[in-house]
Amino acid sequence: MLDFIKKYFKAPEPQVTEAKPTEPVELPADIRTAPLSSEQIEMVSSVKVDFYPPQIIVGSAQSVGKQRDHNEDTLLTFNAIIADGDMGIPFGLFVIADGMGGHLHGEVASGSAARALSEYLIKLLYPSLLGLDPEPQSDSLQEILENAVREAQQAVLKRAPGGGTTLTAALVIGEQVTMAHVGDSRAYFIYMDGRMQAMTLDHSLVRRLVDLGQLTEEQARVYPQKNVLYRALGQTEPFRPDIHTHLIPHPGFVLICSDGLWGCVSDTEMFNIITSSSNPSMACNRLVEAANNAGGPDNISVILVQYLG
Amino acid sequence: MTREGKLDTQHITQNFTPNPGSTKHLSSGILLVNRYLVQDVIGIGGMGAVYRSRDMHFPNVVKLVAVKEMVNLARDPLVRQTIVQNFEREAHILVSLSHVAIPKIFDFFTYDERSYLVLELVNGKDLEALLNETQGFFSEDQVIAWAIELCDVLDFLHKHKPEPIIFRDIKPSNIMINQEGHVMLVDFGIAKLFHEGQKGTMIGTEGYSPPEQYRGEASPLADIYALGATMHHLLTHRDPRLEPPFTFAERPIRQINPAVSLELETVINTALQYSPSDRFPSTEAMKESMLMVARRTGALARIRISTPSIPSAADQGVKPLWTFKCEDEIRGGPALFNNTVFVGAYDNNLYAISSTNGEFQWKFPSEGGVVGKPAFDEANVYFGSEDHRLYAVLHRSGKIGWTFDTSGPVRCSPKVAEGHVFVGSDDGCMYAINIASGSRTWKVDTGAPIRSSPVITGDMVYFGTEEGELFCVDFRGNTKWRFRARRAITSSPLFAQGVIYFSSLDGTFYAVDAKSGWVIWRFRMGKGSVCSPVKVDNNIIFGSADGNLYCLDAGSSKELWRFKADHQISGSPTAFKDSVYCGSAEGTLYALEHRNGRVRWKFFTSGAITGAPVVHNDVVYIGSHDHILYALLA
Repeated sequence: MLDFIKKYFKAPEPQVTEAKPTEPVELPADIRTAPLSSEQIEMVSSVKVDFYPPQIIVGSAQSVGKQRDHNEDTLLTFNAIIADGDMGIPFGLFVIADGMGGHLHGEVASGSAARALSEYLIKLLYPSLLGLDPEPQSDSLQEILENAVREAQQAVLKRAPGGGTTLTAALVIGEQVTMAHVGDSRAYFIYMDGRMQAMTLDHSLVRRLVDLGQLTEEQARVYPQKNVLYRALGQTEPFRPDIHTHLIPHPGFVLICSDGLWGCVSDTEMFNIITSSSNPSMACNRLVEAANNAGGPDNISVILVQYLG
Repeated sequence: MTREGKLDTQHITQNFTPNPGSTKHLSSGILLVNRYLVQDVIGIGGMGAVYRSRDMHFPNVVKLVAVKEMVNLARDPLVRQTIVQNFEREAHILVSLSHVAIPKIFDFFTYDERSYLVLELVNGKDLEALLNETQGFFSEDQVIAWAIELCDVLDFLHKHKPEPIIFRDIKPSNIMINQEGHVMLVDFGIAKLFHEGQKGTMIGTEGYSPPEQYRGEASPLADIYALGATMHHLLTHRDPRLEPPFTFAERPIRQINPAVSLELETVINTALQYSPSDRFPSTEAMKESMLMVARRTGALARIRISTPSIPSAADQGVKPLWTFKCEDEIRGGPALFNNTVFVGAYDNNLYAISSTNGEFQWKFPSEGGVVGKPAFDEANVYFGSEDHRLYAVLHRSGKIGWTFDTSGPVRCSPKVAEGHVFVGSDDGCMYAINIASGSRTWKVDTGAPIRSSPVITGDMVYFGTEEGELFCVDFRGNTKWRFRARRAITSSPLFAQGVIYFSSLDGTFYAVDAKSGWVIWRFRMGKGSVCSPVKVDNNIIFGSADGNLYCLDAGSSKELWRFKADHQISGSPTAFKDSVYCGSAEGTLYALEHRNGRVRWKFFTSGAITGAPVVHNDVVYIGSHDHILYALLA
């Protein structure tokens, strides 16, 4: 692309200067080095491969954990790409819901929420993006996600009364990812330079207390009501989901997981597993293994999205 | 029932939510326990319905009562029995209370898996309904009057012997206002019995509850916090359940509703202290404070002095470093390059002024008004004129390089990229002009005047038209997508992180995905806008004809603050270090802190400011319709 522009616009020729040879530096004696695995090298190598159309690779994994007798999490992924003419736009939806309580099992709540949200979004967006007469929506993505969460809420109230669920969803259109979030499942952005950013705030009481400086992180870990959420789908009080849009990390990953993962495995360990695995499915598998090795106190669900473009 | 010595918490606690499948409301005409004739459902709560009923024990008069139903969904018979016993114990306490703000309880009973309370029927509306119906803010006097009555009844409950009764659930939906305008507390703590939280589950948002209540500690000080939270909601119209808990300090009352007195805000802030010991020690103390506020603000209302606006010390201290007077209005924003300020004026000239001392260097006369902001590269300065031309003038000497003719006035600010100048004209076309030759590479005919400056990124050109279209055009001049707003897009769009931000005269500010043209979010302003936005950190700042300068989060469009100027914001804002600078239609240049919208200083000119200021080396340069170009210390 760059060559084409340059040719068309006749940009001035870049100057080439003579480079001086680099001189080796004396390493201090106590530094230990180890060679990178071939996978790690591939990941961080500076040779940039251009993919067209830009596309998404998804991995996912789920486990009941070591201490629960059934699984109340739901995970859902949808991944599509259409490239015609000179526009290639990836379209993906990635959802995790962690259900709880009520007199029906939590998976009815989490399943209903994830299905209602995705049914609404896919029915609305598929024709606009992949259908015969594609046309951009009249509502903004913000409004569309708000409506989708409302559908999910109605589904939980109707089909799992008394129950509740978290909901963290990432909608990818092109290179923008719009996230809708309620509860304490999490979404992270992972950049190849080592940054791992939590993109969602936990709607847990304990998180609020830590933010206010009333509890330290260590106290939070052992706080008796650390699972109490002040916001979740399924309650009758009014609430507002967190919805925001960002450029997807590329190169990089989007990680979505329930507290069964982030509650047991540190950010550093998650980053290492993700960047040293050969593909996202492998990474998710190893993440679940790490959570189970740490005791697996809760159901574990994880989705890892890699954007190549 | 028990497992390994621990209670199976899943069975012990049942939520009392109505299950639409299995529980039905009583129908009208049913005679409950042979005494209460159900007439209508007047309310639906979390646990069941409230019915207006007639007490048939008094056949000769129509005695109407409210019958509140609580559906007991406990599966375990022992649990069910416990819940009913607790309910009856509470009802016993309530029946003994006599206070003007507490509806009388006439009866209670359990029948057919449901428990019932028979209460005095209150004719009126609760505060949640009133909040939903009322557009503007409640008056401070009204809220104080209600709060004093609430303090009174809470005081009564807290002083109850042998044990204080803590209401625990003060919130707008539990406060009714009767026909006489007096407060009635409804939905007593009985509700709490059916809602005990447990480990591992979610609880309600309960934005009005104090922090210690989540730890299971309840004291009369909890009711004080909840009263403060309710008053905060009433005065700001911001529902605390929609925000993270305990964040009242992030929404100061007077920032949202400036009509509230400082004294009242202080009283409410005291009630909302995180630590119970920092609040009022009793509702009696809170009531005393509010009475003092009432007396003080009541007096002010009678005298009503209007103070003339005296410019603050900060305002008077802002003196320009230098000024330069042109022969007519300066409508466009200045551009700065190489210690020279370039600015066009309606006197047809483009001026080059020394940025250090305001000394005149040269001027170039066109044959029409110059209203856009000039662009430049290493050799030339480029500007459009109402004489239909785009000029390329050598900026060192002011000598003409070349001109390019369009078929209409050029009011657009040009942009330079990839060896080309991109400029729109009132003739409806966007032109890509080769700088080396001064000839046109391509043009895109949009059919409507283009006054918004194009933004060029990577491989695309984006610009708006007076017909309300936003175009995305590639470097070959092919249109990739168009977005339609309802009215003109006069301002220049902003590109950041794959998103195009722009405002329209239709009163909406848009964030559109640059690749696909999909709207990510939109934000409604009171009126249209001709301002271009600016991005600072993760925030977008822009002004509107409704007089506000808005600061929104770029990712979610959540409003962080808004600043109300005295007049329409007509000039686009510029950000520099901690500040954002913006001009208004009556000539004031505002310098605000970009984090919170607080005014740092104001500078008054005698004509409208319609351009964006440019800031360099701590100096702000701005032109005004009063013909003068100003240089001010940032």
